[in-house]
Amino acid sequence: MMATVLRATAEHMMIVAIAVGVAIVIGIPLGIWCARRARAGRAALQLVDAIQTIPSLALFGFLIPVPFIGGIGMRTAIVALILYSLLPIVRNTLIGIRGVDHLVIEAGVAMGLTSRQLLTDVELPLAMPSIVAGIRIATVVGIGVATIAAAIGGGGLGTLIFRGVSMVDTRLILAGALPAAALALVADAVLTLVERRLIRK
Amino acid sequence: MPASVEFRAVSVDPILHDINLRIAPGEAVALIGRSGAGKTTTLRLVNGLARPTRGEVLVDGVPLTSTDLIALRRRTGYIIQGSGLFPHRTVFENVATVPRLLQWSETDTRAAADEIMRKLDMPLERFGVRYPRSLSGGEQQRVGIARAMIAKPSILLCDEPFGALDPIVRRELQDAFRALRSGVTILFVTHDLPEAMRVAERLVLFDGGRIICDTPAHQFITQPLPLVQRFVAAASLST
Repeated sequence: MMATVLRATAEHMMIVAIAVGVAIVIGIPLGIWCARRARAGRAALQLVDAIQTIPSLALFGFLIPVPFIGGIGMRTAIVALILYSLLPIVRNTLIGIRGVDHLVIEAGVAMGLTSRQLLTDVELPLAMPSIVAGIRIATVVGIGVATIAAAIGGGGLGTLIFRGVSMVDTRLILAGALPAAALALVADAVLTLVERRLIRK
Repeated sequence: MPASVEFRAVSVDPILHDINLRIAPGEAVALIGRSGAGKTTTLRLVNGLARPTRGEVLVDGVPLTSTDLIALRRRTGYIIQGSGLFPHRTVFENVATVPRLLQWSETDTRAAADEIMRKLDMPLERFGVRYPRSLSGGEQQRVGIARAMIAKPSILLCDEPFGALDPIVRRELQDAFRALRSGVTILFVTHDLPEAMRVAERLVLFDGGRIICDTPAHQFITQPLPLVQRFVAAASLST
């Protein structure tokens, strides 16, 4: 039993880590792009916003018939989680960059920073607390949503929960739910710490 | 080397109308006028933060349209109200910004920062590792001056740099500024007449997006224009 829980927990962490990792790689550049172009940015944000409103179980279901990324199993679960994780990361990157004091930007331009230098040396560092907050939200939400991924054979702690529900076995449900809650709390605490560190600087 | 600046029939819709102005290398010119008169826009035309709708801006005789703006900005100091310091960088890193962009050696950067900060009465050994947030408004503005002047710019653009400071600190900074200002062409925007007379040798008065008066500083108060007299009257108590 213990070994099963541990294995499911490790699998769960892996699913969320891959999904959030990919969402960071896609989401931060997308957020930067949204911050640069007001009109297109708003449209892109509405799109990721709309994805967020799809009930997670339905989103998993929608993905099953999609070729290449869909089907039954962990890959589909990860794709769905990436889609969910995008919104907080894109939005917080956008907010973070838009929130940089315009006088600071102007001073940077006036000193002859190129637009790339402005981004890497001024805008991104100053937006970082907000971006990390987005990653934190994506991670915590992702840990919860990932339990539902078991419905389409995604693996992870949800497997135990679903099995517990169908067998009406509270202990089995808890064996899935408690580690998931613990993971979410730990992730939240660690990333909050990172965020505070960045803000203090 | 100080640069010359010239405006040829420059308009920026709807703010500026047909500005003609020649500033010789090394001259210190104050642009004065009421809020919204067009002085800040005029200043921003020099480093390309604003673009003319019509007419030409020339630095050292070269139109800005055929100038590498990034390179021009690196040899143009810019001091603004509220300093615009990078909040995530230490005082030293802020001051070192332009030298690093110009790829000076770390030794040269350090030496230049040391020199200018000493002149501004903010020794690097005490202030270098601090963050802007921990400084007073006056100290922040001193760092802003150091950051703008460390690389010996050919032009210095100042936009109400001391506007947000109390009168005593303001006076101190004007004096510190005067001590540093040789060897550079200065355009200094202010709506404070005593300040303009203290930092500049030539006064250009803007009203409604036009230049209405352009005189040596010491002759300004004798100009018969009504707006000049209102400026003088408004300043008489505070001088």
